[in-house]
Amino acid sequence: MENLLNIFVKSIFVDNMIFAYFLGMCSYLAVSKKYKTAAGLGLAVIFVLGITVPLNWLAYNYLLKEGALSWISQDFATIDLEVLKFIVFIAIVAAFVQLTEMAVEKFSPALYNSLGIFLPLIAVNCSILGAALFLPTRDYTLVEATTFGLGSGLGWFLAVVALAAIREKMAYSDVPKPLRGLGITFIIVGLMAFGFMSFGGFELPFKRTGDQPTEEVSSIEKASTEDAVVQSVNITEEK
Amino acid sequence: MSTETIEKSEEKVVKAAEPLLSKKRRKLVTNPLDDDNPITLQVLGICSALAVTIALKGTVIMAIAVFFVLVSANVIISALRNTIPNRIRIIVQLVVVASLVAVVDQVLKAYAFEQSKQLSVFVGLIITNCIVMGRLEAFALGNKPWDSLLDGVGNSLGYGWIIIAIAFVRELFGSGKLFGAQVLGDWYLNNGFFATPAAACIILGIIIWILRARSGYTEE
Repeated sequence: MENLLNIFVKSIFVDNMIFAYFLGMCSYLAVSKKYKTAAGLGLAVIFVLGITVPLNWLAYNYLLKEGALSWISQDFATIDLEVLKFIVFIAIVAAFVQLTEMAVEKFSPALYNSLGIFLPLIAVNCSILGAALFLPTRDYTLVEATTFGLGSGLGWFLAVVALAAIREKMAYSDVPKPLRGLGITFIIVGLMAFGFMSFGGFELPFKRTGDQPTEEVSSIEKASTEDAVVQSVNITEEK
Repeated sequence: MSTETIEKSEEKVVKAAEPLLSKKRRKLVTNPLDDDNPITLQVLGICSALAVTIALKGTVIMAIAVFFVLVSANVIISALRNTIPNRIRIIVQLVVVASLVAVVDQVLKAYAFEQSKQLSVFVGLIITNCIVMGRLEAFALGNKPWDSLLDGVGNSLGYGWIIIAIAFVRELFGSGKLFGAQVLGDWYLNNGFFATPAAACIILGIIIWILRARSGYTEE
């Protein structure tokens, strides 16, 4: 349970899809002009991530991983289908998004009007495929993977709503002309990411004591090892 | 910036060798480099632009990978454009792109294993790189293969020079190196800020500022 909470909090704040990995930036920038649309797409992302991540986990662990097919017969135990992971993951995401869109349209027109238009956009949202592609590099169980998916979605939601709120306020400020729109948005996102980086320094209090310390180090280091090297060099130099 | 000039000269070589390049077609290649840049104006493909630019080496590999995927996907989709049913075109595009990316991933794993580890998920994310999907939707579906090829070349170079420019600044100031070789001497104290993802955003913001101040484009 503590472990799950750990993964959940980490995927929202420390490993935030936007601020730590910059996944899903295109739609992030495109929909963050208005608070309402931002919240709509954010909800859709939580929903899709919460379901496609476990689906992709199943596909990876029972279909693609080396030896994953051994549940069919021992003859398949040496087969490694990992080459196909891109096609399988994207097919699952696209198919699921299409299905959801049709189901929502049929059963809940009200929800479709508020959410439905965003669903097709999501098939090409990097954060969905990105979350799936993180799975092979991390040894999650099914429950952990689901938690990770929901947490990442929530982190994305948080980021997009926050940026939309800032941009709505910013309509009244006097920004230099060439910087208006995209330019200033990037600088704001940079500053927000800088703020979120401070989460990386927190030791989560409910961390399990039995875990190996190396696994618990801020995941930004995992994303880019060089990054970590540079930072640690700086720290030692300052000392 | 030095990287920019390198690519511009490359493109001149292509122009001289190809008599097939009319004025209009030349525009397909040159426009995306500056006035109609996929990153700074069309706002496509930002994810990887920010995430991979920590060091020049990985960034150049990423730029080459995107170049390969975008050009080939553009040509393939353009050649198939009359046979793809409209309703399922997104899936068809995704399958073509995903297969090309799988090829790139395997080649990288075979010949540049260290780099492919460092780029981690971002090679796979070329599939959902909006530049690829955006160009397929907006251009390749309605144009002949040769034009689509030029469009792919132009857009991927436009993407490439921006990410290489960002990586240049980040690696130089973040670790005093270029392509992994020490450039700035011992006197330079590495600025950890440039190694963080946040810096990529701010540098990109400033690049957009400069480009738009030059072209006079404003957004309302």
